[in-house]
Amino acid sequence: MEINETLSQYSDLLYTTTVAIYVLALLFTLFEQAFGAKGRLAAERSRKRVLVGAGGPDTDDAAIENGDVPAEPEAPRAVGRAERIGRMGAALLVLGALLQLSAIVLRGLAVHRAPWGNMYEYGMAVTFITVVAWLVVIKKFPVRHLTGFLLLPVVILMFINGTMLYTVAAPVVPALQSYWLYIHVSAAIIGSGVFLVPGVASVLYLFRTAHDRNPAKFAGFGPKLPSADVLDRIAYRATIVAFPIFTFGVLCGAVWAEAAWGRFWGWDPKETVAFIAWVVYAAYLHSRATAGWRGTRAAVINIVGFSVTIFNLFFVNLVTAGLHSYAGVS
Amino acid sequence: MTTTEAPPKNPQPYRPSAAKQFLAFLRNTWRGLTSMRTALVLLFLLALAALPGALLPQRRLNAPKVDEYISAHGWWGSLLDKLEFYDVYSSVWFSAIYILLMISLIGCLTPRSFEYLKQMRAKPVLTPRNLARMPHHRIARTARTPETIRDDVRKQLSGWRRVEREEDGGGFSVSAERGYLRETGNLLFHFGMLGLIIFFALGKLYSYEGQVIVQANGGQFCNSGIYNYDSFEAGLRVDGTDLDPFCVKVNDFTARYTATNQADYYHSHIEYQSGQDLQTGTWKPYDLEVNEPLRTVGDRVYLLGNGYSPQFTVTFPNGEKRTQNTQWMFTNPATMLSEGATKFDQPGVTDEVQRRTKQLAITGLFAPSSFIHGGVLTSTAPQLNNPMVAVDVLRGDLGLDAGRGQSVFSVDQSRVQDGRLKRVARKNLAVGQELTLDDGTKVRFDGVNKWVNLQISHDPTQGYVLGFAIVMFAGLGASLLVKRRRVWVRVRPGKDEGASTVIEVAGLARTDQAGYGEEFQRISERLVTGRKGS
Ligand code: HEM
Repeated sequence: MEINETLSQYSDLLYTTTVAIYVLALLFTLFEQAFGAKGRLAAERSRKRVLVGAGGPDTDDAAIENGDVPAEPEAPRAVGRAERIGRMGAALLVLGALLQLSAIVLRGLAVHRAPWGNMYEYGMAVTFITVVAWLVVIKKFPVRHLTGFLLLPVVILMFINGTMLYTVAAPVVPALQSYWLYIHVSAAIIGSGVFLVPGVASVLYLFRTAHDRNPAKFAGFGPKLPSADVLDRIAYRATIVAFPIFTFGVLCGAVWAEAAWGRFWGWDPKETVAFIAWVVYAAYLHSRATAGWRGTRAAVINIVGFSVTIFNLFFVNLVTAGLHSYAGVS
Repeated sequence: MTTTEAPPKNPQPYRPSAAKQFLAFLRNTWRGLTSMRTALVLLFLLALAALPGALLPQRRLNAPKVDEYISAHGWWGSLLDKLEFYDVYSSVWFSAIYILLMISLIGCLTPRSFEYLKQMRAKPVLTPRNLARMPHHRIARTARTPETIRDDVRKQLSGWRRVEREEDGGGFSVSAERGYLRETGNLLFHFGMLGLIIFFALGKLYSYEGQVIVQANGGQFCNSGIYNYDSFEAGLRVDGTDLDPFCVKVNDFTARYTATNQADYYHSHIEYQSGQDLQTGTWKPYDLEVNEPLRTVGDRVYLLGNGYSPQFTVTFPNGEKRTQNTQWMFTNPATMLSEGATKFDQPGVTDEVQRRTKQLAITGLFAPSSFIHGGVLTSTAPQLNNPMVAVDVLRGDLGLDAGRGQSVFSVDQSRVQDGRLKRVARKNLAVGQELTLDDGTKVRFDGVNKWVNLQISHDPTQGYVLGFAIVMFAGLGASLLVKRRRVWVRVRPGKDEGASTVIEVAGLARTDQAGYGEEFQRISERLVTGRKGS
């Protein structure tokens, strides 16, 4: 079928706009991170109260509540300027995500197939998933002010993707014309996209724990980060969401490879690096169940996984030639 | 080896026998190997060891590139070769890591399986005396009586495994646990992985894979022996004597391209016979496409590639004619500009020496959509729009029976250099055109056929691998989604007449704490207030 050039141009335009909006959101939330400590600490404190609300281990037995009367809701807090800007940043993030989604959909309409048939499209979809995953995280944890740290790699990757890896809209080669393109690649996209979130959380975790051990280190930056425990929890939860999806993606890839290339596993570079990433994340999950490996070491393993994921997304096709080289870049 | 016993009365130093020492060594090795930490280190080593396979060219995938790489990197290249870095996944060190990991896995799974069986029958633990020590805890007064609370707790915790125990002072406690499926899932996951690895390794022994070029104008291939293949690779337990017998006949090949000459669609009508059909000679039709291999008698036939075979007819001076249709190989997949060598023996020449001066080879370029620029033939598109060849005709000794196998796509260049093969003509020919050599021999370019490259694969274990992969995936889901957690409830009647009952709820997540806080919040709210859900 013919490629719809107009739609593809609109898609490109939306992509560029998305990057610009993300940069704005990055600046806004960075502002909140830098100047919004007060409001945020308050948020965290109230949050803590809700979480362990009904008495942590240190609760005095005398403080017996009246079980028949539900607790009063929290009184609304005053909102500071930095926090208002942070909220605007989050709103921009939502707007950017919507624009990026439209860019993906238009691309798909332009080429009449799943909009992830080459590296440019793949990178566009992965970064979209990362942003969506982050939106879920900031809904569940009071970490909106960290958005800038997540957006930094996202914006860099989107920039590389939109310049070096850009590919004009085109149909895909016969091997990619299969319903497995929908199943395998979308699972890989969701898995990899979500994997970028724990990577960022783990990096921040290292900063935070270094500061906790020695308050002189990162004295300005450290205290503004959420507690190490919160960062660890974000990393773990995001990883256990992404890991099964990624596993599913790899398994589907094997089933597809059996039909398309004649073998289900052939140590093609892309397969190999996916395998490595899988093993590294399995090691991360293990490390959290192994005495002496929790905490810092687990975070380091997660960051290794993050690096392998990025390498797999953006560089394998550039440095090696394999069957997966449908990148459309040369 | 810590012991609190009194020192032995015998002053002689105790020296364990060699056998005992050896046993101790074995036991320690086994313990070390099956510890979680070792598994972790082995996992890392596996990831690390797999890496060079992605970065260095691999012989299995691209042998010529390996040779190129070795010659470009001198001693370093050869050293890597000696250390098996171009065959990473069959190297001694890679195999060692995964065998160790397998042993570690077995050693870790065996005791855990027994533990698991024991746990399945065990009752939830006693309610601790001091519930306030638990990570989640809540205590409240309520006007409800202990007996209504008892009924309520039973209802609220109906999906949980629980025990009730009466306590001194007229109260009672409930100890409840749920999430055993996590352990089940975890074991399934690891056993699934073990099975997957074992069958993957077995598959490497019993599988084979071969490639063959077949003319797409009724050309046939029969899987009757290795010699029918152009290339063949097999596991150690395959000697090629009893391949699954079947035959395929390739009737045509169609390729469709986009306006920008990108391949869009490949299709080949084939016929095949296997099993009974081989005796009766019946052919069954099949539409062979990319992503749609033919599956028959345990083998799979794939459409991997395609190309052109220019057809030449040579009319020798004595009037005899010979026609050949040999595959040429494209050098540029985008335009299908191809190279090749079509070789002829002059018929009727019996004298060996004579014969070796008269052999002919038609070499050169073939362009499906020809374009001549400055006398040089190029191709502008992969389709057959205006096919043309630019041939060099060589005459002399091709060395076909020199005992060395030679490529069907080229002549032995050393024979051209030392003069045993001489170029006797060079010309561009369109379909139907011919050229005449000095001795009167005529070479005519008749037209073009297509060929397809088929791959035949056989792997008897891949179904098992898939089965274990599914087990593994299901187990993974359960082990990551299900949380193992405990709840305790203790209810004490009020001390004085009419005083309200005290209800205490505590919780502990046996596995990761993440996320249990919210759930405990919900459960304890319901238990304390006696209201359904919120
Ligand atoms: C081939 C290597 C292995 C891989 C890829 C692997 C993978 C995994 C994965 C992904 C989990 C996460 C499930 C969860 O968090 O519940 C897990 C959990 C676990 N694995 Fe392995 N495993 C391997 C080998 C081993 C070995 C050799 C042992 C024992 C020494 C082991 C012991 C465990 C244990 C105890 C858990 C539970 C941890 C938890 O509940 O969080 N694994 N494994």
